[in-house]
Amino acid sequence: MSAETQIQAPQPPAELRREPLVTNNRNVGWISDQVAAIIEGKTPAWWWAAFIPSFLLMCLLGALLAYKTSVGVGVWGNNHPTMWGWDIINFVWWIGIGHAGTLISAILFLLRQRWRTAVNRASEAMTIFAVMCAGIYPALHTGREWLDWFLFPIPTSNALWPQFRSPLMWDVFAVSTYFTVSCLFWYVGLVPDLAIFRDRAKTKIRKFLYGLFALGWTGSNRHWSNYEKCYLILAGVSTPLVLSVHSIVSLDFAVSQLPGWHTTIFPPYFVAGAVFSGFGMVLTLLIPLRKMCKLEDIITMRHIDLMCKVTLATGSIVGYAYIMELFIAWYSGSPYERYAFLNRIHGPYAWGYWTMMGCNVILPQLFWFKKIRQNLLIVFIASILVNIGMWFERFVIIVISLHRDFLPSNWGYFLPSWVDIGTFLGTFGLFFTLFLLFMRFLPMIAVSEVKGITPQADPHHPLGGAKGGHH
Amino acid sequence: MNSKAYGILAEYETPADIMHAAEKVRDAGFRKWDVFTPFPIHGMDHAMGLKNSKVGWFGFCGGLCGYTTGMLLIWFTNAFDYPLIVGGKPMFSPYSAFPPSYELTILFTAFGSIGGMMFLNRLPRLHHPLLKHARFEAATHDKFFLVIETADVKYDAAATRKLLEATGSKHIEMVEE
Repeated sequence: MSAETQIQAPQPPAELRREPLVTNNRNVGWISDQVAAIIEGKTPAWWWAAFIPSFLLMCLLGALLAYKTSVGVGVWGNNHPTMWGWDIINFVWWIGIGHAGTLISAILFLLRQRWRTAVNRASEAMTIFAVMCAGIYPALHTGREWLDWFLFPIPTSNALWPQFRSPLMWDVFAVSTYFTVSCLFWYVGLVPDLAIFRDRAKTKIRKFLYGLFALGWTGSNRHWSNYEKCYLILAGVSTPLVLSVHSIVSLDFAVSQLPGWHTTIFPPYFVAGAVFSGFGMVLTLLIPLRKMCKLEDIITMRHIDLMCKVTLATGSIVGYAYIMELFIAWYSGSPYERYAFLNRIHGPYAWGYWTMMGCNVILPQLFWFKKIRQNLLIVFIASILVNIGMWFERFVIIVISLHRDFLPSNWGYFLPSWVDIGTFLGTFGLFFTLFLLFMRFLPMIAVSEVKGITPQADPHHPLGGAKGGHH
Repeated sequence: MNSKAYGILAEYETPADIMHAAEKVRDAGFRKWDVFTPFPIHGMDHAMGLKNSKVGWFGFCGGLCGYTTGMLLIWFTNAFDYPLIVGGKPMFSPYSAFPPSYELTILFTAFGSIGGMMFLNRLPRLHHPLLKHARFEAATHDKFFLVIETADVKYDAAATRKLLEATGSKHIEMVEE
């Protein structure tokens, strides 16, 4: 360490002291080197061990989607009365996972939560890949997917236009805007980091490719000034965007007249659930990665602790919504509404309901305890269970509400087909293949943003070169 | 070969050093100069005498455009070009047209602000004299640079070098065009 890191900043009293965001007093150059080591080093064995099965699963996805397209939606388990099955469950589940990435990158940016810098890049990538997995389902569940372009307002020879009063049409706009803006936000954040890799590149091809996508970024302060304003606006518009996307997804259900779907609590409840499951996925991804990539000084225990707290908060909101739904079902006085909820609790799918309750409401309460938030193994297992619970939430909403229609002659029991299960596993293949490629070729940590929050970057801090007292 | 000088480059070790240097260069009245840092430094805009960025206006115009596009599109398709009665409701109502228009507002605001940022920064620009300069590679790593262009009216080879030396730079070089 150089002499400058020896200087100690004036410290606040012990009870107000916080663990620094980058631990062990690392300087800004170290951050570049450490993140670059993931990209410039040799491909580790564990990467191949994760990549090969992911890639095979992705091939399975391709094969099963081709099979579905050539034969028809009959290969899935959906049938009367459960006309929406795993396709919509998985769509809502994947898109929900994406929401934590936008929450971290946009909402925490507006709230000036500086710890977001360590985790935002990886979670934004997670958002994009999760939305890709999600997008497959609505595109293919139409049955004749070669006619999907009917969804867009394009002049056709039929002289027909889409019908804009339908929430399904709003969904087309919400999800495609979400995907586009998430990609742009991610790319804008990447530009200064791509310039770092252009300047470090040892081979011609790297220099060319990183240089091409870095757009000629020099780190000019006149550029930074416009760049930061642009980033602020993107964060400002992504915040209402992420809230609207899952609200509109929930309106796909809430606008219909079905007991169990027709409730006004859906939009906020879906948004909270989405953020909850997304943080689950962020924890699932980052707990092993921080160890494998030696990023413990950047993604610190404090980051894990804070993410557990967000999980606890959103999990409790979801728990409140579940209980409020039950109350409103009773309070409405509608026999159909009451039956729909009684059927959830002790109908043929009660096991699904109680899995959801256990994983989403009871399990996150463990995060009240600091000892548990500090135990990486428990946090890792809990983060996986959170996502299992959130998958069951969509299962409960979709399958349990549909499988018993108003007339008992319209009752049935839904079971997924092997194609349903294979396609769902295949989306994991797609997700992990893309994520592994991302972490191998692009900076997984927002390097220039992490540099910016260190004391070495603060011109008013002794480590940033400030001399004498406060300015 | 007859190479022209692009500017004079001074290197600094800490954010505080470059900030004080920028204040001095600003006060000396230079116009064609810039500071290059691995991350945005809080307070540097003031130290350089920069005004608030204009990107917001581009974003605002984009958003306005997006909302208008959404509303007009829905009115045109569902109420004018092929009037469609759904559930006995009016042909056009701003309420059901709002969600898609809202999404388009956001989409076009994003396009506007990114487009505006690129335009104001004159990016992409893949060839720049500084990017050819070997020492400048550290500008994205951990060093801080201040560059005064020779095209500045106040530029004078000896006096400008002296000014930069007085700001405490340990390393001063000329950059070729």
